[in-house]
Amino acid sequence: MLDALTAYLKSNQTPGQAGSVLWAFIYILLIFVGLSVAVIAMNWLERKVLAHMQVRLGPMRVGPHGLLQPIADALKLLLKEDIMPAEADKFVFWVAPFIVVLTAFTVFIVVPFGPTHAVTDMNIGILFMLGVSSLSVLGIVMAGWASNSHYPLMGALRSSAQMVSYEIAMGLAVVSAVLMTSLNQTGSGTLSMIGIVQAQQAQETWFIFKFFPLGLIAFFVFAVAMVAETNRAPFDLPEAESELTAGFHTEYSGFRWSLFFLAEYSAMIAVSSIAVTLWLGGWLRPFPHWLSGGTWDLVFSFFPGITFLGLAGIAFYSTVRMPKHVYFRIQTMGLGAFAAALGLVGILLFLPPVRDRIQDIYWFAAKVAAFMYLYIWYRGTFPRYRFDQLMKVGWKVLLPIGLGVLMLTAVAGVFL
Amino acid sequence: MTDATKYVSHLELGEPDQTFLDSNELIINMGPQHPATHGVLRVILKLDGEKVLGTECVIGYLHRGVEKIAENRTYTMFNPYVDRMDYVAAVSNGLGYCEAVEKLLNIQAPPRANYVRVILTELNRIASHQLWLGTHALDIGAITPLFYTFRDREEILKIFERYCGARLTTHAFRIGGLQYETYDGFEKDVETFLKFVAPKIDEYEELLTTNRIWVERTKGVGYISGADCIALGVTGPVLRASGVKWDIRKAQPYANYSEFDFEIPTGQNGDTFDRYIVRMQEMRQSLRIIEQAVGKIPEGPIMAKVPKVMKPPVGEIYHSIEAPKGELGYFIVSDGSTQPYRIRVRPPSFVNLQALDLMVRGQLVADVIAVIGTLDIVLGEVDR
Repeated sequence: MLDALTAYLKSNQTPGQAGSVLWAFIYILLIFVGLSVAVIAMNWLERKVLAHMQVRLGPMRVGPHGLLQPIADALKLLLKEDIMPAEADKFVFWVAPFIVVLTAFTVFIVVPFGPTHAVTDMNIGILFMLGVSSLSVLGIVMAGWASNSHYPLMGALRSSAQMVSYEIAMGLAVVSAVLMTSLNQTGSGTLSMIGIVQAQQAQETWFIFKFFPLGLIAFFVFAVAMVAETNRAPFDLPEAESELTAGFHTEYSGFRWSLFFLAEYSAMIAVSSIAVTLWLGGWLRPFPHWLSGGTWDLVFSFFPGITFLGLAGIAFYSTVRMPKHVYFRIQTMGLGAFAAALGLVGILLFLPPVRDRIQDIYWFAAKVAAFMYLYIWYRGTFPRYRFDQLMKVGWKVLLPIGLGVLMLTAVAGVFL
Repeated sequence: MTDATKYVSHLELGEPDQTFLDSNELIINMGPQHPATHGVLRVILKLDGEKVLGTECVIGYLHRGVEKIAENRTYTMFNPYVDRMDYVAAVSNGLGYCEAVEKLLNIQAPPRANYVRVILTELNRIASHQLWLGTHALDIGAITPLFYTFRDREEILKIFERYCGARLTTHAFRIGGLQYETYDGFEKDVETFLKFVAPKIDEYEELLTTNRIWVERTKGVGYISGADCIALGVTGPVLRASGVKWDIRKAQPYANYSEFDFEIPTGQNGDTFDRYIVRMQEMRQSLRIIEQAVGKIPEGPIMAKVPKVMKPPVGEIYHSIEAPKGELGYFIVSDGSTQPYRIRVRPPSFVNLQALDLMVRGQLVADVIAVIGTLDIVLGEVDR
């Protein structure tokens, strides 16, 4: 048992390549836990960031600065009565949220958090991701149909139309990135997620800067399409609150609803991971060639620790600013403990063995976090597109741009 | 006997289209519990996919019988009730009612009262437009302007609160003048507010006017021509956005509006975007009026000589003012007693709501929401 564990650690491969079922399981567990924590954190962050954009405070009551709000929400959702409409198609209604969650989590099998930090390195990784994530539309259509109600049905219709049309633009942008991988020394392209990042490493540039501005435009097409793909503002028509109350999950409540919620946020993380992997160098640190050398490596390796210390600093500053009233004593202590925990993690991350192992994951997570912030920002800024306008943007703007970029990339790849 | 509580829609489904796909028209019910129907409006929509083929408004969910109540109250006692109709522009409602009764009694409010009336009414117009902007933007999906407008509207409500103790249903005026003398520092508060809010209006515009999605969602949506507006009796910013320069403050000046210099902003296209621009401009014009008025509040009494027991002569009167949402009229019939024989209110929201069907027919579901928002209805006023 122990041998099986340690043998893998020396192999320098993903568990899938090494054929280690045990480690694959451990990775899956880690990713599942990490994702759940990320979704909880995202839930809190979205409410806080959005609130601060909108000159309000957001959750402040449950725990210091509302830190326990997501947990309270999760508890509430789990304890709620599980309502199934009398007229609903019971089985389909029951199975739909599971399909959505399943697809949202399955894609993380191939997401490379580091050169060896993926459950497996599939040679068709990116195709697998796109394929599986597009299956989620099935769950949404099923949810809308099974609810046997007008609003969910319309939400589901909108959603399926939207996801199908934006997948094409998304696919074209992805293909242009895949084309860029074929420009390495061996001349053979790759669809493997790890291979794509390694191609960026070998070509000494992130694909967003490749064939400027082609990479940038492809990235832009993908960045727009991925927001539409995940049904987020300004493309949140399927769940347009002001029009369709809650869209396809109007009839869902409690635990089933929370599954949709979980799926939406993990899908956001999934598509952001694709964007990061394809265009932003995946786990590579910024400026690997411009700021190269041992000193710079050392400086950049301090970043994870600095980030956590910074967060600890913010938490500590908030602790000091807590009201001095006796009623707030427990909250203040809790926030202080949270700050201390963050600080401890920060200090741990400065230790050389931890520092070196956490590097890849840190940079990947940091880039994904930037996308998450963008998602919140969009939501705070943009009104919602109308259905026909959404289709127009998808088919008449993004698709031609994607096609053009694809062709130009091919041409550039041959001649440059 | 028919069941009076059950509403039967007059919309009828067409024959299923069996030429290509076996498609069918759909009737869905929007409201009265719906996030975007501004209260308890119920709209029955006949849809072909996302396209609206017809609408039917069902109102009355907020009916409180205000007009009937009036028949059992004295003129003074009825005054607070009018605040409960258009509760986001309660001051305007009060002004309309007080002036109508004053006209019936043939008395004049003193100049000082008129100035304060104009200031408060215009402040209320800004507050009403701010609330409209926030909810309208929210309906279209921009959630942030709502909080900005509510933050700034708060300043107006604070002034109201300091003046009369109430924020929403103010009951600010009395028949013949004002309820209260202005508090110390009223002018200063208003001036501070003027300086505070002017850049804020620019801020709302910054967020929306040049926002591509906002423009696409509002341009050409919910078109109504000036002639149709007049035919349907639509008034207020909706009428002006269609290019008709009609504002009762100019056309039939009441209070002392004739003393102030302001413009009537108009649009040309009669679409949602123009209505948005017109209302934004109106807020600025209101600021202009307040600016002129606040420096010149004359000294003097705040109440005219009003008999203790009001017994207007037998007769009838119609008086209308330009409320934030359009022409707000009061038709009062007096039988010579202390109580009105009949009061009929001409609420702008109710009349403007008629245009909904015309404006959304042939457009998409999302446009229905945008048009309900742009009509700026308050259900308290529609149902009374």
